[in-house]
Amino acid sequence: MQFFGGSEISPSPPVPTTTGNNAHMMYVFNRNGVCLLYREWNRPLHTLNPQQDHKLMFGLLFSLKSLTAKMDPTSADKGNLGVPQLPGQGCSFHSFRTNTYKLSFMETPSGIKIILVTHPRTGDLREPLKYIYNLYVEYVAKNPLYTPGTSIRCELFNTALDQYVRSIA
Amino acid sequence: MAPAAPRSGDAIFASVERVNAELFTLTYGAIVRQLLTDLEEVEEVNKQLDQMGYNIGIRLIDEFLAKSNVSRCVDFKETAEVIAKVGFKMFLGVTASVTNWDADGTCCSIVLEDNPLVDFVELPDTCQGLYYCNILSGVIRGSLEMVSMKTEVTWIRDMLRGDDAYELQVKLLKQVPEEYPYKDDE
Repeated sequence: MQFFGGSEISPSPPVPTTTGNNAHMMYVFNRNGVCLLYREWNRPLHTLNPQQDHKLMFGLLFSLKSLTAKMDPTSADKGNLGVPQLPGQGCSFHSFRTNTYKLSFMETPSGIKIILVTHPRTGDLREPLKYIYNLYVEYVAKNPLYTPGTSIRCELFNTALDQYVRSIA
Repeated sequence: MAPAAPRSGDAIFASVERVNAELFTLTYGAIVRQLLTDLEEVEEVNKQLDQMGYNIGIRLIDEFLAKSNVSRCVDFKETAEVIAKVGFKMFLGVTASVTNWDADGTCCSIVLEDNPLVDFVELPDTCQGLYYCNILSGVIRGSLEMVSMKTEVTWIRDMLRGDDAYELQVKLLKQVPEEYPYKDDE
Protein backbone atom coordinates (compact mmCIF):
# COMPACT_ATOMS: atom_id res chain seq x y z
CA MET A 1 0.00 0.00 0.00
CA GLN A 2 1.33 3.34 -0.91
CA PHE A 3 1.25 6.28 1.48
CA PHE A 4 1.53 9.78 0.12
CA GLY A 5 3.49 11.51 2.83
CA GLY A 6 1.61 14.16 4.71
CA SER A 7 -0.96 14.90 2.05
CA GLU A 8 -4.10 13.58 3.75
CA ILE A 9 -3.77 15.33 7.07
CA SER A 10 -2.25 18.72 6.21
CA PRO A 11 -1.11 19.52 2.70
CA SER A 12 2.27 21.15 2.70
CA PRO A 13 2.09 24.86 1.85
CA PRO A 14 3.18 25.93 -1.65
CA VAL A 15 6.89 26.60 -1.79
CA PRO A 16 7.39 30.40 -1.74
CA THR A 17 9.66 31.94 -4.36
CA THR A 18 12.13 33.03 -1.72
CA THR A 19 12.61 31.27 1.58
CA GLY A 20 10.07 32.01 4.26
CA ASN A 21 10.34 35.30 6.04
CA ASN A 22 8.40 37.07 8.66
CA ALA A 23 8.10 40.21 6.55
CA HIS A 24 5.47 40.50 3.85
CA MET A 25 6.98 42.72 1.22
CA MET A 26 9.29 45.60 0.53
CA TYR A 27 9.39 48.51 -1.92
CA VAL A 28 12.16 50.93 -2.79
CA PHE A 29 11.25 54.08 -4.72
CA ASN A 30 13.40 56.92 -5.95
CA ARG A 31 12.51 60.61 -6.01
CA ASN A 32 10.73 60.36 -9.38
CA GLY A 33 8.34 57.64 -8.31
CA VAL A 34 10.20 54.89 -10.15
CA CYS A 35 9.91 51.64 -8.22
CA LEU A 36 13.51 50.51 -7.97
CA LEU A 37 12.83 47.31 -6.12
CA TYR A 38 9.85 45.22 -5.10
CA ARG A 39 10.47 42.12 -2.98
CA GLU A 40 7.70 39.85 -1.89
CA TRP A 41 8.09 37.16 0.72
CA ASN A 42 4.67 36.50 2.03
CA ARG A 43 1.75 38.11 0.27
CA PRO A 44 -1.26 35.87 -0.08
CA LEU A 45 -3.57 38.43 -1.67
CA HIS A 46 -2.82 40.32 -4.87
CA THR A 47 -5.47 42.84 -5.84
CA LEU A 48 -3.79 45.03 -8.45
CA ASN A 49 -1.35 44.49 -11.26
CA PRO A 50 2.22 45.48 -10.35
CA GLN A 51 2.26 48.92 -12.02
CA GLN A 52 -0.94 49.99 -10.35
CA ASP A 53 0.23 48.59 -7.07
CA HIS A 54 3.48 50.59 -7.21
CA LYS A 55 1.68 53.78 -8.21
CA LEU A 56 -0.82 53.33 -5.44
CA MET A 57 1.90 52.80 -2.88
CA PHE A 58 3.90 55.79 -4.02
CA GLY A 59 0.83 58.01 -4.16
CA LEU A 60 -0.25 56.87 -0.72
CA LEU A 61 3.08 57.78 0.80
CA PHE A 62 3.34 61.07 -1.00
CA SER A 63 -0.07 62.10 0.31
CA LEU A 64 0.57 60.79 3.80
CA LYS A 65 3.80 62.72 4.04
CA SER A 66 2.09 65.89 2.94
CA LEU A 67 -0.84 65.35 5.27
CA THR A 68 1.24 64.55 8.34
CA ALA A 69 3.38 67.63 7.75
CA LYS A 70 0.37 69.91 7.48
CA MET A 71 -1.24 68.51 10.60
CA ASP A 72 1.87 69.00 12.67
CA PRO A 73 0.88 70.91 15.81
CA THR A 74 4.45 71.82 16.70
CA SER A 75 5.54 73.34 13.43
CA ALA A 76 5.33 77.10 12.99
CA ASP A 77 5.53 77.15 9.22
CA LYS A 78 2.32 76.10 7.49
CA GLY A 79 2.48 76.02 3.74
CA ASN A 80 -0.49 75.23 1.54
CA LEU A 81 -1.77 71.68 1.39
CA GLY A 82 -0.43 70.05 -1.72
CA VAL A 83 2.71 72.15 -2.01
CA PRO A 84 5.49 69.61 -2.22
CA GLN A 85 8.09 69.62 0.49
CA LEU A 86 11.74 68.81 0.17
CA PRO A 87 12.34 65.25 1.33
CA GLY A 88 13.46 65.15 4.90
CA GLN A 89 12.21 68.63 5.69
CA GLY A 90 9.70 69.25 8.45
CA CYS A 91 8.04 66.33 10.16
CA SER A 92 8.07 62.93 8.54
CA PHE A 93 5.97 59.94 9.43
CA HIS A 94 7.68 56.61 9.89
CA SER A 95 5.06 53.92 10.21
CA PHE A 96 1.39 53.04 10.37
CA ARG A 97 -0.20 49.95 11.76
CA THR A 98 -3.46 48.14 11.01
CA ASN A 99 -4.85 45.02 12.64
CA THR A 100 -3.24 42.84 9.97
CA TYR A 101 0.05 44.55 9.07
CA LYS A 102 2.48 47.32 9.88
CA LEU A 103 4.01 49.51 7.20
CA SER A 104 7.34 51.17 8.02
CA PHE A 105 8.73 53.95 5.90
CA MET A 106 12.00 55.81 5.61
CA GLU A 107 12.90 58.63 3.26
CA THR A 108 16.37 60.03 2.72
CA PRO A 109 17.11 63.62 1.69
CA SER A 110 18.14 62.24 -1.70
CA GLY A 111 14.59 61.00 -2.23
CA ILE A 112 15.12 57.26 -1.81
CA LYS A 113 12.08 55.81 -0.05
CA ILE A 114 12.23 52.42 1.62
CA ILE A 115 8.99 50.74 2.64
CA LEU A 116 8.76 47.53 4.60
CA VAL A 117 5.46 45.77 5.35
CA THR A 118 5.59 43.38 8.27
CA HIS A 119 3.31 41.73 10.80
CA PRO A 120 1.57 44.10 13.21
CA ARG A 121 3.57 43.26 16.31
CA THR A 122 6.88 44.43 14.81
CA GLY A 123 8.68 47.05 16.88
CA ASP A 124 10.18 50.28 15.64
CA LEU A 125 11.96 49.58 12.38
CA ARG A 126 13.81 52.85 11.90
CA GLU A 127 17.23 51.39 12.65
CA PRO A 128 16.69 48.33 10.43
CA LEU A 129 15.55 50.61 7.60
CA LYS A 130 18.74 52.61 8.00
CA TYR A 131 20.71 49.40 7.79
CA ILE A 132 18.84 48.47 4.62
CA TYR A 133 19.77 51.90 3.23
CA ASN A 134 23.40 51.08 3.97
CA LEU A 135 22.99 47.80 2.13
CA TYR A 136 21.55 49.76 -0.78
CA VAL A 137 24.62 52.01 -0.79
CA GLU A 138 27.05 49.12 -0.71
CA TYR A 139 25.44 46.86 -3.30
CA VAL A 140 23.59 49.24 -5.56
CA ALA A 141 24.95 52.80 -5.41
CA LYS A 142 28.52 51.58 -5.59
CA ASN A 143 27.76 49.06 -8.30
CA PRO A 144 29.25 50.19 -11.62
CA LEU A 145 26.80 48.03 -13.55
CA TYR A 146 23.80 49.80 -12.06
CA THR A 147 22.33 52.88 -13.77
CA PRO A 148 20.74 55.21 -11.20
CA GLY A 149 17.00 55.57 -11.76
CA THR A 150 16.45 52.11 -13.17
CA SER A 151 15.19 49.04 -11.40
CA ILE A 152 17.66 47.09 -9.30
CA ARG A 153 18.68 43.69 -10.61
CA CYS A 154 21.44 42.62 -8.32
CA GLU A 155 21.45 39.10 -6.91
CA LEU A 156 23.87 39.93 -4.12
CA PHE A 157 21.67 42.77 -2.93
CA ASN A 158 18.60 40.53 -2.96
CA THR A 159 20.39 37.82 -1.00
CA ALA A 160 21.80 40.23 1.57
CA LEU A 161 18.37 41.80 1.94
CA ASP A 162 16.58 38.49 2.40
CA GLN A 163 19.08 37.43 5.02
CA TYR A 164 18.82 40.67 6.91
CA VAL A 165 15.03 40.88 6.84
CA ARG A 166 14.81 37.32 8.12
CA SER A 167 16.84 38.36 11.13
CA ILE A 168 14.58 41.27 12.09
CA ALA A 169 12.43 40.06 14.98
CA MET B 1 13.80 55.92 20.23
CA ALA B 2 15.67 59.12 19.45
CA PRO B 3 17.24 59.19 16.00
CA ALA B 4 21.01 58.77 15.92
CA ALA B 5 23.00 62.00 15.97
CA PRO B 6 25.01 62.88 12.88
CA ARG B 7 28.55 61.56 13.01
CA SER B 8 31.58 63.79 12.68
CA GLY B 9 33.81 63.59 9.64
CA ASP B 10 36.71 62.22 11.66
CA ALA B 11 34.68 59.40 13.12
CA ILE B 12 33.45 58.29 9.73
CA PHE B 13 36.84 58.66 8.09
CA ALA B 14 38.29 56.39 10.73
CA SER B 15 35.65 53.75 10.18
CA VAL B 16 35.44 53.48 6.39
CA GLU B 17 37.76 51.39 4.27
CA ARG B 18 40.52 53.52 2.86
CA VAL B 19 42.84 53.11 -0.10
CA ASN B 20 46.46 54.12 -0.21
CA ALA B 21 46.72 57.87 -0.85
CA GLU B 22 49.46 57.55 -3.42
CA LEU B 23 47.49 54.94 -5.34
CA PHE B 24 44.54 57.32 -5.43
CA THR B 25 46.63 60.30 -6.53
CA LEU B 26 48.52 58.40 -9.19
CA THR B 27 45.37 56.74 -10.55
CA TYR B 28 43.70 60.12 -10.86
CA GLY B 29 46.79 61.49 -12.55
CA ALA B 30 46.73 58.62 -15.02
CA ILE B 31 43.07 59.30 -15.81
CA VAL B 32 43.74 62.98 -16.52
CA ARG B 33 46.78 62.10 -18.60
CA GLN B 34 44.74 59.65 -20.68
CA LEU B 35 41.92 62.16 -21.14
CA LEU B 36 44.42 64.70 -22.42
CA THR B 37 45.78 62.21 -24.92
CA ASP B 38 42.31 61.14 -26.09
CA LEU B 39 40.61 64.51 -26.22
CA GLU B 40 43.58 66.83 -26.85
CA GLU B 41 41.56 70.01 -26.20
CA VAL B 42 41.96 71.28 -22.65
CA GLU B 43 38.39 72.60 -22.56
CA GLU B 44 37.04 69.20 -23.56
CA VAL B 45 39.03 67.57 -20.80
CA ASN B 46 37.63 70.04 -18.27
CA LYS B 47 34.10 69.24 -19.39
CA GLN B 48 34.70 65.53 -19.30
CA LEU B 49 36.16 65.69 -15.80
CA ASP B 50 33.12 67.64 -14.67
CA GLN B 51 30.79 65.07 -16.22
CA MET B 52 32.68 62.21 -14.57
CA GLY B 53 32.43 64.04 -11.27
CA TYR B 54 28.70 64.50 -11.79
CA ASN B 55 28.21 60.77 -12.34
CA ILE B 56 30.18 60.06 -9.19
CA GLY B 57 28.25 62.69 -7.23
CA ILE B 58 24.82 61.25 -7.93
CA ARG B 59 25.86 57.97 -6.31
CA LEU B 60 28.12 59.45 -3.68
CA ILE B 61 25.29 61.35 -2.05
CA ASP B 62 23.61 58.13 -0.90
CA GLU B 63 26.80 56.86 0.65
CA PHE B 64 27.31 60.18 2.35
CA LEU B 65 23.77 60.27 3.75
CA ALA B 66 23.92 56.67 4.89
CA LYS B 67 27.25 56.94 6.68
CA SER B 68 27.02 60.40 8.15
CA ASN B 69 23.41 60.32 9.34
CA VAL B 70 22.87 64.02 8.73
CA SER B 71 19.29 65.07 8.40
CA ARG B 72 18.18 67.61 5.84
CA CYS B 73 20.06 70.89 6.15
CA VAL B 74 17.92 73.86 7.05
CA ASP B 75 19.54 76.30 4.63
CA PHE B 76 22.35 76.56 2.15
CA LYS B 77 24.79 77.83 4.79
CA GLU B 78 24.41 74.61 6.72
CA THR B 79 24.77 72.64 3.50
CA ALA B 80 28.09 74.28 2.69
CA GLU B 81 29.38 73.68 6.22
CA VAL B 82 28.41 70.03 6.06
CA ILE B 83 30.12 69.58 2.69
CA ALA B 84 33.30 71.21 3.92
CA LYS B 85 33.52 69.65 7.37
CA VAL B 86 31.95 66.24 6.96
CA GLY B 87 31.98 65.51 3.24
CA PHE B 88 35.52 66.41 2.35
CA LYS B 89 36.80 64.84 5.56
CA MET B 90 34.95 61.62 4.99
CA PHE B 91 35.97 61.05 1.39
CA LEU B 92 39.31 62.77 1.00
CA GLY B 93 40.54 63.03 4.55
CA VAL B 94 41.03 66.79 4.38
CA THR B 95 39.07 69.54 6.07
CA ALA B 96 37.93 72.49 4.06
CA SER B 97 36.64 75.83 5.27
CA VAL B 98 33.77 77.95 4.06
CA THR B 99 34.28 81.66 3.47
CA ASN B 100 33.06 84.57 1.40
CA TRP B 101 29.35 84.39 1.88
CA ASP B 102 27.43 86.80 -0.27
CA ALA B 103 24.51 88.91 0.96
CA ASP B 104 21.69 86.44 0.16
CA GLY B 105 23.49 83.41 1.46
CA THR B 106 23.37 81.66 -1.91
CA CYS B 107 27.01 81.82 -2.89
CA CYS B 108 30.08 80.84 -0.94
CA SER B 109 33.65 79.67 -1.34
CA ILE B 110 35.05 76.41 -0.08
CA VAL B 111 38.77 76.63 0.54
CA LEU B 112 41.01 73.59 0.62
CA GLU B 113 44.47 74.01 2.08
CA ASP B 114 45.50 70.50 1.27
CA ASN B 115 44.36 68.52 -1.76
CA PRO B 116 45.32 64.86 -2.12
CA LEU B 117 44.57 64.82 -5.85
CA VAL B 118 47.47 67.10 -6.72
CA ASP B 119 50.39 65.57 -4.86
CA PHE B 120 53.36 65.26 -7.21
CA VAL B 121 51.55 67.20 -9.97
CA GLU B 122 52.88 70.02 -12.09
CA LEU B 123 51.06 71.47 -15.05
CA PRO B 124 53.14 71.82 -18.20
CA ASP B 125 52.87 74.94 -20.39
CA THR B 126 50.71 73.17 -22.96
CA CYS B 127 47.97 72.58 -20.39
CA GLN B 128 47.63 75.95 -18.79
CA GLY B 129 43.83 76.11 -19.21
CA LEU B 130 43.31 72.78 -17.46
CA TYR B 131 41.35 72.60 -14.21
CA TYR B 132 43.09 69.52 -12.90
CA CYS B 133 40.66 68.98 -10.01
CA ASN B 134 37.53 69.63 -12.01
CA ILE B 135 36.18 66.27 -10.97
CA LEU B 136 35.57 67.75 -7.53
CA SER B 137 33.32 70.46 -8.91
CA GLY B 138 31.29 67.80 -10.75
CA VAL B 139 30.98 65.70 -7.61
CA ILE B 140 29.60 68.61 -5.60
CA ARG B 141 27.21 69.61 -8.36
CA GLY B 142 25.94 66.03 -8.82
CA SER B 143 25.44 65.37 -5.13
CA LEU B 144 23.60 68.62 -4.52
CA GLU B 145 21.35 68.00 -7.48
CA MET B 146 20.18 64.75 -5.88
CA VAL B 147 19.14 66.69 -2.78
CA SER B 148 17.05 69.11 -4.81
CA MET B 149 19.58 71.94 -5.20
CA LYS B 150 20.73 73.15 -8.58
CA THR B 151 24.15 74.71 -8.22
CA GLU B 152 27.01 76.01 -10.24
CA VAL B 153 30.52 75.17 -9.05
CA THR B 154 33.63 76.85 -10.41
CA TRP B 155 37.28 77.11 -9.45
CA ILE B 156 38.46 80.49 -8.25
CA ARG B 157 41.96 79.70 -7.08
CA ASP B 158 44.08 76.76 -8.08
CA MET B 159 47.53 76.09 -6.66
CA LEU B 160 48.66 74.38 -9.84
CA ARG B 161 48.25 77.70 -11.57
CA GLY B 162 50.28 79.61 -9.04
CA ASP B 163 47.69 80.65 -6.41
CA ASP B 164 48.17 79.91 -2.73
CA ALA B 165 45.18 77.64 -2.08
CA TYR B 166 42.32 75.80 -3.77
CA GLU B 167 39.12 77.73 -3.76
CA LEU B 168 35.82 76.50 -5.18
CA GLN B 169 32.88 78.80 -5.58
CA VAL B 170 29.52 77.11 -5.00
CA LYS B 171 26.51 79.09 -6.11
CA LEU B 172 22.97 77.95 -5.41
CA LEU B 173 20.81 78.55 -8.47
CA LYS B 174 17.56 77.14 -7.16
CA GLN B 175 15.90 74.60 -4.91
CA VAL B 176 13.83 72.11 -6.89
CA PRO B 177 11.14 70.55 -4.71
CA GLU B 178 9.80 67.09 -5.40
CA GLU B 179 6.75 66.97 -7.64
CA TYR B 180 4.13 64.29 -7.80
CA PRO B 181 5.32 62.43 -10.87
CA TYR B 182 2.07 60.81 -11.99
CA LYS B 183 -0.64 62.76 -13.76
CA ASP B 184 -3.90 62.77 -11.85
CA ASP B 185 -6.02 61.22 -14.56
CA GLU B 186 -3.93 58.03 -14.92
